[in-house]
Amino acid sequence: MKIAVCVKRVADMDVRFRIAQDGTSLDEAGLKFDINDFDAWAVEAALQLKEKAGQGEVVAISLGPDNVQETIRKALSMGADRGIHLKADKIPFDGSAIASAIAAELKDGGYDLVFFGKLSPDSANGVVGTVVAEKIGYACVTAVSRLEIADGKGKAKRELEGAQEIVEFSLPAVITVDEGLNTARYPSLKGIMAAKKKPLESKPAQLGEVQIEIAALEMPPERAAGKIIGEGAAAVPELIRLLSTEAKVL
Amino acid sequence: MANIFAFAESRNGKTRKAALETVTAARSLADSTGGEVHALIAGAAGISGNAATLGSYGADVVHAAEHPGFEKYNAEALAELCAARIREGGYRVAVFSTSAQGRDLAPRVAAKLGVGIVTDVTEFKLDGDNVTVKHPINIGKVIATVRIKSNPALFAIRSGVVTPAQNAKAGRVEQVQPVGDPSSSRVKVTELIEGGSGKLDLAEAPVVIAGGRGLKTAENFKLVEDLAAAFGNAAVGATRAVTDDGWRPHSDQIGQTGRLVSPDLYIAVGISGAVQHLAGMRTSRTIVAINKDKDAPIFKVADYGIVGDVFEVLPVLTEAISEARKSH
Ligand SMILES: Cc1cc2nc3c(=O)[nH]c(=O)nc-3n(C[C@H](O)[C@H](O)[C@H](O)COP(=O)(O)OP(=O)(O)OC[C@H]3O[C@@H](n4cnc5c(N)ncnc54)[C@H](O)[C@@H]3O)c2cc1C
Ligand SMILES: Nc1ncnc2c1ncn2[C@@H]1O[C@H](COP(=O)(O)O)[C@@H](O)[C@H]1O
Repeated sequence: MKIAVCVKRVADMDVRFRIAQDGTSLDEAGLKFDINDFDAWAVEAALQLKEKAGQGEVVAISLGPDNVQETIRKALSMGADRGIHLKADKIPFDGSAIASAIAAELKDGGYDLVFFGKLSPDSANGVVGTVVAEKIGYACVTAVSRLEIADGKGKAKRELEGAQEIVEFSLPAVITVDEGLNTARYPSLKGIMAAKKKPLESKPAQLGEVQIEIAALEMPPERAAGKIIGEGAAAVPELIRLLSTEAKVL
Repeated sequence: MANIFAFAESRNGKTRKAALETVTAARSLADSTGGEVHALIAGAAGISGNAATLGSYGADVVHAAEHPGFEKYNAEALAELCAARIREGGYRVAVFSTSAQGRDLAPRVAAKLGVGIVTDVTEFKLDGDNVTVKHPINIGKVIATVRIKSNPALFAIRSGVVTPAQNAKAGRVEQVQPVGDPSSSRVKVTELIEGGSGKLDLAEAPVVIAGGRGLKTAENFKLVEDLAAAFGNAAVGATRAVTDDGWRPHSDQIGQTGRLVSPDLYIAVGISGAVQHLAGMRTSRTIVAINKDKDAPIFKVADYGIVGDVFEVLPVLTEAISEARKSH
């Protein structure tokens, strides 16, 4: 089984972001970066399938500047076999442009499965995996929270609003991973050492035409300062009054 | 003059609120240019019966595709059909929903058309020949104004940011044929497991009651469900702490890695208000928080906060809401 996993380098979101001078990007100074959580779950899913099959190869792919090699190394230290760095000056905001480059790399690679995360929290679009699937003509199942692969076929569970879907599909396929599929392993010390020696090939990314671009960034409007209206059950009548007369939601 | 396409989502033969939102959004875009709204709905035989509803929300034309292969969500066949419709119709803008279904469908259609796609759109504008949208990035901590250069421009709106508005049009219904054989899709939904029948879900409900770890056990979610039932139009949500512990299914999770909701009223019960949770609900119109810790961060975004024990406050609130509802 030959499996690819696409991993994105993303900033830790637990900070206050600052808009850069150009007005259309964020100031990266002081930010911490790591593999997107969804992509760590995607790597885990790929590794589990390989381990279960007892053979195969897991290839980690990341697009961006040289620093995304750290993200690839993270996947290698978890257990992926080799890495491919698709080199670009920056990671474009347009997911379809990213997808073109990843698709060009995957197209003739003979992969049985390609894993993506459901979403990256920075650009927050959730489109790259699906667009890649269309471009390489693979079946595609998104937001998967349970997965079984056997005999060239797959069965997955998808979470919908207030419902779940069971989906059956044929391989080769693209899977985008939702939370809940697994818990990602931590790289062991041995894994981290081994990762340094694993092959990591770097080549220029064949980015697609950018059709979506950021024109401006702004901070979200502050919500009016929160108001505590009272304590305990005694505050309920006041809440009811405010909900019906002020907020008009009753 | 530009015509606008709206994808009208359905599940089990029923129009979803998402469909009324996309049609309403398309209507406002079309009105700004004097164009028409063309909605597409697909399902098993009988789905065209939903056309009148779409017409009443502002669709000038409803294209209905009836085929047994559309009975359950059929991503591949639907994407082919949408792409074909959009190509033929020459639309300037195509509006989808950022629902579970829309998130899956819209990028497929974009790829087939070779155009870009923005999801989770909270505002949109067609100004002359420019399409710009607002799209929260970095878990909602920054708002991007995004220019969509492609024609047609495709985007998917966040649920709750458009209020479905009646705007009756004649709603001419035209039957359309699937492209190829929908039954031959490589991805097949074999089962749809629905919560409780008749219950509203997070994408549909104008009121969301979300519970956190403050509820202590899965059983205590009964208190949250009772409050939702008292409202009658409420869905139940949860934090990751709760879904991780298996108290509620993952599909109930609201936040950075879960659902993004924007209801008229959001009631947070025993929820601390971590940034990752706020990312999924801070655009709600009115936020109420009940938490025993007066310093909990949720109070910073709550329009109305009650400092108190959920086990004491919830039953009283449920009672009061039932009363208030009765007198309406
Ligand atoms: C990458 C990442 C992604 C994440 N994504 C999400 C996400 O999508 N959604 C999400 O929700 N979280 C997400 N989280 C987790 C998030 O950081 C918080 O851990 C989580 O939201 C906390 O849930 P909680 O508020 O239920 O629990 P807690 O933080 O434990 O808060 C419980 C609250 O209940 C109150 N309380 C306790 N007892 C009572 C009582 N008797 N009466 C009243 N109040 C009481 C306490 O004062 C406390 O404020 C994510 C975290 C990470 C790192
Ligand atoms: N620059 C990138 N390099 C590699 N994979 C990426 C990149 N950007 C996005 N992806 C993959 O696509 C998924 C969805 O990303 P997005 O469409 O940006 O939300 C991510 O979880 C990754 O698996």
